[in-house]
Amino acid sequence: MKLRYIEVSVGLFVLLGIASLFYLAIQVSNIAEYRDRDTYHVVAYFDHIGGLKVRSPVTVSGVRIGRVAQIAYDPERFQARVTLAIQTGQDYLPADTQASIFTAGLLGEQYIALEPGGEYEMLADGDEVMFTQSALVLENMIGRVLTNISGD
Amino acid sequence: MSRDPVSDAPHVVVEDLVFRRGRKVIFDGLSLTVPRGRVTTVMGPSGTGKTTLLRLIGGQLRPDSGRIWVDGEEVARLSTRRLYALRRRMGMLFQTGALLTDMNVFENVAFPLREHTRLPEELIRNLVLMKLEAVGLRGACDLSPAELSGGMARRVALARAIALDPDMILYDEPFAGLDPITMGQIVTLIQRTNRTLGLTSVLVTHDVVEAMAISDHVVLIAEGRVMDSGTAEEVRAGASAWSQQFLGGHPDGPVPFHYPGPSYRDDLLNEAGNDRG
Amino acid sequence: MVEFLAGLGRSSLRWLAVLGRASAFLFRVLLAQDAVIRRFRLTVAEIYSVGVRSLLIIMVSGLFVGMVLGYQGYITLVNFGAAEALGGVVALSLVRELGPVVTALLFAGRAGSALTAEIGLMKTTEQLSAMEMMAVDPYRRVFAPRFFAGFLSMPLLAALFSAVGVMGGYIVGVGLLGVDGGSYFSQMQAVTDWHEDVLSGVIKSIVFGFVVTWIAVFQGFDAEPTSEGISRATTQTVVVSALAVLGLDFILTGLMFGDL
Repeated sequence: MKLRYIEVSVGLFVLLGIASLFYLAIQVSNIAEYRDRDTYHVVAYFDHIGGLKVRSPVTVSGVRIGRVAQIAYDPERFQARVTLAIQTGQDYLPADTQASIFTAGLLGEQYIALEPGGEYEMLADGDEVMFTQSALVLENMIGRVLTNISGD
Repeated sequence: MSRDPVSDAPHVVVEDLVFRRGRKVIFDGLSLTVPRGRVTTVMGPSGTGKTTLLRLIGGQLRPDSGRIWVDGEEVARLSTRRLYALRRRMGMLFQTGALLTDMNVFENVAFPLREHTRLPEELIRNLVLMKLEAVGLRGACDLSPAELSGGMARRVALARAIALDPDMILYDEPFAGLDPITMGQIVTLIQRTNRTLGLTSVLVTHDVVEAMAISDHVVLIAEGRVMDSGTAEEVRAGASAWSQQFLGGHPDGPVPFHYPGPSYRDDLLNEAGNDRG
Repeated sequence: MVEFLAGLGRSSLRWLAVLGRASAFLFRVLLAQDAVIRRFRLTVAEIYSVGVRSLLIIMVSGLFVGMVLGYQGYITLVNFGAAEALGGVVALSLVRELGPVVTALLFAGRAGSALTAEIGLMKTTEQLSAMEMMAVDPYRRVFAPRFFAGFLSMPLLAALFSAVGVMGGYIVGVGLLGVDGGSYFSQMQAVTDWHEDVLSGVIKSIVFGFVVTWIAVFQGFDAEPTSEGISRATTQTVVVSALAVLGLDFILTGLMFGDL
């Protein structure tokens, strides 16, 4: 039945197209990382954030537990204020946790790595991360190396 | 749906029609009437805009000035809905038949029924077969338009034009390019449909012989105006020199044989020296 | 010199007139879109002829483009020791640019020219006129279903192109050249953002679908009712669509990925 064949193939075609979209969404893109809805926010101040961007990962021991929600400059403290959105379930971070900006691989994207401290109190929504380590600035490093070499 | 085939009120009235295409004036104050229930033929040389006249009557084109009434309604003033309602009572036969190429013969004839009525399929089937039988092509109902000859395509188009039992049929050059047998078939069909269905038929053509044979009313058009009109005998006996040349098929007369230009002698003598691009 | 300028002016006026006609045409087609649902059968038939029939060329092209990307990407990345990033390179190239643009160009060539020729032929053989005289609105019956079919099919085909391309890159990169399969996909997921990359590509293909189908259907509608007229209109569809797609791509890319 010619008409039936047409209808079926059109249905299949539309299905195939939608399936491709799903494939692109799930297999190809990072849509899984959009899943964290419930987060709590903590703030960290850095002298230099390097290449850190909004949506950059926030990890502890390499495991991603949140994302950078906002980056702004604080003109009173003369530092960059980074707001971290951490999944609500991950509320075990002690109050003396350190946040450092590292680079993934040699030339990869930058992310925030959290190192838990030893305090009894945990970080809660609105708290500030007291200990931070800024991103490494290549020029400063080179300058230091040159100074060391010439100093020897 | 009572129809009085010999009623007095004309079916179509054209009054002082002026129509231009670009800078060319096609109609310059044309007036004619089409009597109801009869076969009217509009004749004229090629390019006088006969097809344009049909389009104006059908409302596909708007006159620049002047008015056209069909069945008492002024065509150019109708809203889209009323125009469509009017068109449902008209059938039009195009020169090539204009059958829809993605459907076969049966579906082409069923098209107006399916679009405009909610009749059940068996009734539609019977109606289509009836119309095809009237034009003698019931056996061809499964063919596709590409498989039809020119004459057959026109007959199917006629069946389609009468599918909704219209009051009037417009024929655009129905005899053009047909062999004698097919021509005879079309002539018979036009006459028969006109009589049995009590229609008004308007033919546009320049095939004098066939047209004169079946027309009740003849209108001759040239240079955007009506040259002559009346019954076939009246027009044939008419005094206008132009009508005589047209109807008699004389090669020379008011419409000259030679295209206007310099005299023959001048042209030949100038050939040697001049460059006449 | 004056002649040249006069000619330029004349051409510009002609193009403006075409644009005006095309816009009026588009407006009427959009108004007639209710026909898409009322004449659902017709629309489905059009989606078949425009979308399903383009499947083969789109999928084969997608596969080849993906494979070439995999190969070229590998050759370049391996110099930086970054061959593991191949998945990201292939995916981003496809999803952001090649998927929407190449699909649109192929679509214009295959489905667009077919639409133009079909409608042009209907105009030349007076079928559109006949429909009007039978009190059937050609906008509802002919143009609206075809327009919707093209508009719907393009994004689906573009998504398919990209998906098949990603697999093609996998076949060449992982299967033939030894890139690690896990890295291929994990790198890809790390750099491909759903909003910024995939959805932008989808938006592009929707815009392209709209424009290409508009051009194709209008060219058929506006064609001169002769055989040269139809062939000229078909060529115009492909050429104008290609230019429009590439131009729009530039503008959209600037808007979406940069600070235009």
